[in-house]
Amino acid sequence: MTQLLQDKDRIFTNLFGHHDPGLDGAKQRGAWNGTKEILEQGRDWIIDQMKASGLRGRGGAGFPTGLKWSFMPKEVGARPHYLVVNADESEPGTCKDREIMRHDPHLLIEGCLIASFSMQAHACYIYLRGEYVTERLAMEKAVKEAYEAKLIGEKNVHGWPFHVYIHHGAGAYICGEETALLESLEGKKGQPRLKPPFPANAGLYGCPTTVNNVESIAVAGTILRRGAQWFASFGRERNVGTKIFSISGHVNKPCNVEEAMSIPMKTLIETHAGGVRGGWDNLKAVIPGGSSVSLLPKDICDDVLMDFDALQAHKSGLGTAAVIVMDKSTDVVKAIARISYFYRHESCGQCTPCREGTGWMWRVLERMARGESSIEEIDMLLDVAGQVEGHTICALGDAAAWPVQGLIRHFRGEIEERINNYRAGKPVFVSQTVAAE
Amino acid sequence: MSVRRLAKDQPESFAFNKKSEDEIKFWLAKYPEEKKASAVIPMLWIAQKQEGWVCEPAIREIADRLEMPYIRVYEVATFYTMFNLAPVGEHLIQVCGTTPCMLRGSDELISVCKNRIGKQHEISEDGKFTWVEVECMGACANAPMIQLANKDGDHYIEDLDAESFEKLLDDLAAGKKVKYGPQSERNASEPHGTKVLTDESLYDGSRAKPVTLPNTGKSEKAEG
Repeated sequence: MTQLLQDKDRIFTNLFGHHDPGLDGAKQRGAWNGTKEILEQGRDWIIDQMKASGLRGRGGAGFPTGLKWSFMPKEVGARPHYLVVNADESEPGTCKDREIMRHDPHLLIEGCLIASFSMQAHACYIYLRGEYVTERLAMEKAVKEAYEAKLIGEKNVHGWPFHVYIHHGAGAYICGEETALLESLEGKKGQPRLKPPFPANAGLYGCPTTVNNVESIAVAGTILRRGAQWFASFGRERNVGTKIFSISGHVNKPCNVEEAMSIPMKTLIETHAGGVRGGWDNLKAVIPGGSSVSLLPKDICDDVLMDFDALQAHKSGLGTAAVIVMDKSTDVVKAIARISYFYRHESCGQCTPCREGTGWMWRVLERMARGESSIEEIDMLLDVAGQVEGHTICALGDAAAWPVQGLIRHFRGEIEERINNYRAGKPVFVSQTVAAE
Repeated sequence: MSVRRLAKDQPESFAFNKKSEDEIKFWLAKYPEEKKASAVIPMLWIAQKQEGWVCEPAIREIADRLEMPYIRVYEVATFYTMFNLAPVGEHLIQVCGTTPCMLRGSDELISVCKNRIGKQHEISEDGKFTWVEVECMGACANAPMIQLANKDGDHYIEDLDAESFEKLLDDLAAGKKVKYGPQSERNASEPHGTKVLTDESLYDGSRAKPVTLPNTGKSEKAEG
C-alpha cells in the first residue's frame, strides 16, 4: 500500500482556487513566512539546501534545480544577472502552472525573490504564454500587491532590491524552450539558440540568466521553510519531492493534483481522477508526461511508478507529469497523428530535419490511421523519426519523434492490422464502446 | 511550421488610441530603455485588442516606436499564431483540437463550428463569429475547451460538450452574458467532490506563525 500525500504536506494549498489568492490569503497559508530569515542564511546556504532537497526541474527535463542555480557566475561583472521564469506552459496535457499562477501567485513571487537573491539577480521576468490572459492579470495583481507591501521593489523589507516583471508570448509552443523563450523576450521570433553559450553565461540581453519552470521556483520557499529533508522524504531516491500531476483524457474526473513523486500510476489515476472510464481493464494506453514522451500500453501502466527513472526505464519519461489517459475506445494511431500535427504546426522552421520531418511524419501517420499505407512504411517512418531525433538545435525534434517511436514500439500490430484490413476491404478501425459506469 | 501572411486588404493608416497609449507606457517601463524591442509582442497585442486584428500600418507604427526594422516586426507578427492577420468576427472562438481535448470530444465542438459558423478563419454572415482550431491551450484537465475573445476580453470556457457549446453560441448570438471558466459544477480543475485540500489547519492561520528555519546552525543547536 502506497502512502498517499497528506494535506499537511501539500505545498500548493490553494491549487483548486477555493481560497483567497491575494496576499492576505497567501500569508495566512504560509507564503512569505520567514522569507527574510531565509535570505539571511546567505546564498550558499540556499543553494546547498536546494541541492540537498533533491528537487529536479518541473518543466520537463528534470535537471537538478539547486545545481542549475549554482552555475551562475559567483561574482556580478559588468552584466547584470537575470532570473527568467518559464510560464509558457504549452506541452499538451500540462495545465499545472496555470493553477499556481491564478490561485497561488505569491508562492511564485516569493520563490522568484529567493532564487534571484541566491543568483544575485535584481530583476526577474516571468514569461507567460499569450493565451493565459486571466493568469497574466492574476500575476500582475499579485506583483502589485507584493510591491505595495514592500515585499519586493527597489527598497523592500527583505533588503535585496528586486523587481518582478510579467511578460507574455503570443501562441508559440517553441517558446517553452529556454533559449527560444529568451529570443522571444528580446522581441524576436522564438527560434532556439545554439548552445553553448548556455544562458548562465549569455542569456537574456547577453547577460547571465537562469531559466526555471514556474513549479520549480514556486516550491522553493516551502522547501527552505520546512527543510530539504522534508521534501526529500517523498518519493524514491533521485526522484524525490511532491509534484503536481495533470490528469486528462479518458478518466472519470480529470484534474490537477499534488502528490508524492513515485506514486504508482494506477494509484494516482484511481485515487484522484476517479479511475479510467469504464474501469481499469478498459485502459488502452497512457501518455505519462505530456505529448513529447512515448505512450505506454496497459500492461506497463499496471505497476509503473510515476517518476523520472521508472518511466525512463520504459523508454518514456515523467516530462511535465501530464498524464493523458486513453481507454479502449481510442483510435490510438489517430491520437498520435494529432500529436504529430501539433509538432508540425509548432516547429519553428529553423532546422530542416524538424521543419520537414514533422510534416512528413504527420502525413504518413494520417494515412496509417486510415490504413492507406504499406507495411514497409512502418519501418520507413521509424527511420525518419530516428533521423529527426537528435539532429536539431533544440529538443522539439526529439519531442516530435518520441511519440511516433513509442506508437510503433507498442502498437505496431495495430497499424499492421489496419493496413491489412484496408487492403482486404474491411472496416479499418471500429471504436469499442465504453462500458457505462 | 505554420506559414502566415498579411491580409490583402489593408487600411491606410493606424493610430493607437488613448487607452492603448496608457498600456504601452505600462509595458515599456518593464524593459531597459535600450532593449525596448522586448515590448514588441505586448504592443502587437495591444494593437490587436484595439482593432481586433493586426494590420500592416500597425506593424510599421510599432517598428518605428521600438526602433526596429519593419521586417523584424513583420516576422514576429507572422510567427506568433495569436496575432490575427485579418479581421475576425465580433466573437473569436478558438477551439483546442490537440490530443487531450480530442480525446474528450473537441471534434464535436469543431463540427458545431462548421455547421453554425462556416469555414475556419472566415467571418460568419452576420459578422458575429469567427472560429479557428488552435493547438493545446493548457487547460487539459478541463477538456474540451475554447478560448473566447471579444470586447469583454479573453476567457477560457471549459468542460464543454456539443450541447453546452451550442447553448453558449446561442447566448453569444443573442448578446447575452455568458459564464466563463468550467461549464460543469467545478470551480477550476479539481476532481469533483475531492477530499484533497480539506484539512482545516492549512487555512486557520497556523501556517502564518513564526517559523524556525531548519538546517541552520541555530536550529541544530536548539534541537541538539
